[in-house]
Amino acid sequence: MISPNQVEAMIQAQLPDAQVQVLTNDGEHYEVVVVSSAFEGKGLVQQHQLVYKAIQQEMLSGAIHAMAVKTYTPDAWQNVTSAV
Amino acid sequence: MTPETQARIEDLVKQNKIMVFMKGNKLMPQCGFSNNVVQILNVLGVPFETVDVLADEEIRQGIKEYSNWPTIPQVYINGEFVGGSDIMIELYQKGELQQMVEVALAS
Repeated sequence: MISPNQVEAMIQAQLPDAQVQVLTNDGEHYEVVVVSSAFEGKGLVQQHQLVYKAIQQEMLSGAIHAMAVKTYTPDAWQNVTSAV
Repeated sequence: MTPETQARIEDLVKQNKIMVFMKGNKLMPQCGFSNNVVQILNVLGVPFETVDVLADEEIRQGIKEYSNWPTIPQVYINGEFVGGSDIMIELYQKGELQQMVEVALAS
């Protein structure tokens, strides 16, 4: 089983400035929220591809069955958090 | 991926304006994420085609490589990869998906 901390570390290895929030109930299905300046100017598909790349091996091996991804640029994240 | 598999995938995404690669079918999705996509498209009331990747191992692996995307479901609109369940939900909530499918179906 992979821990949320490991997932966070893998994403930060790919995106060093990323702020990452990882949720899981069973160690196989994950939800992550990633905020990184690397997403600026990219479409949603490319943003998610960057996140998936970080955990590619674990997805291919089946260690991670599924991961729901939410990505934000730092600016977009500020809008989200200030709106709440 | 074999050239045959690639040709089959290409054909599917070109021949169908809205193409969904999913687990199960429209009536019986076999995964919650695939179900999300089917429900969204049903709410929009648009025609779409599906392929059950559980019944076709070559497509199941091939589509991941083709889209450079590791998970199922995968949605193509007008021949372009749009994303999986999360992106479909986000585009739907923003009202952008409605617009995309209208443009695709009108073309």
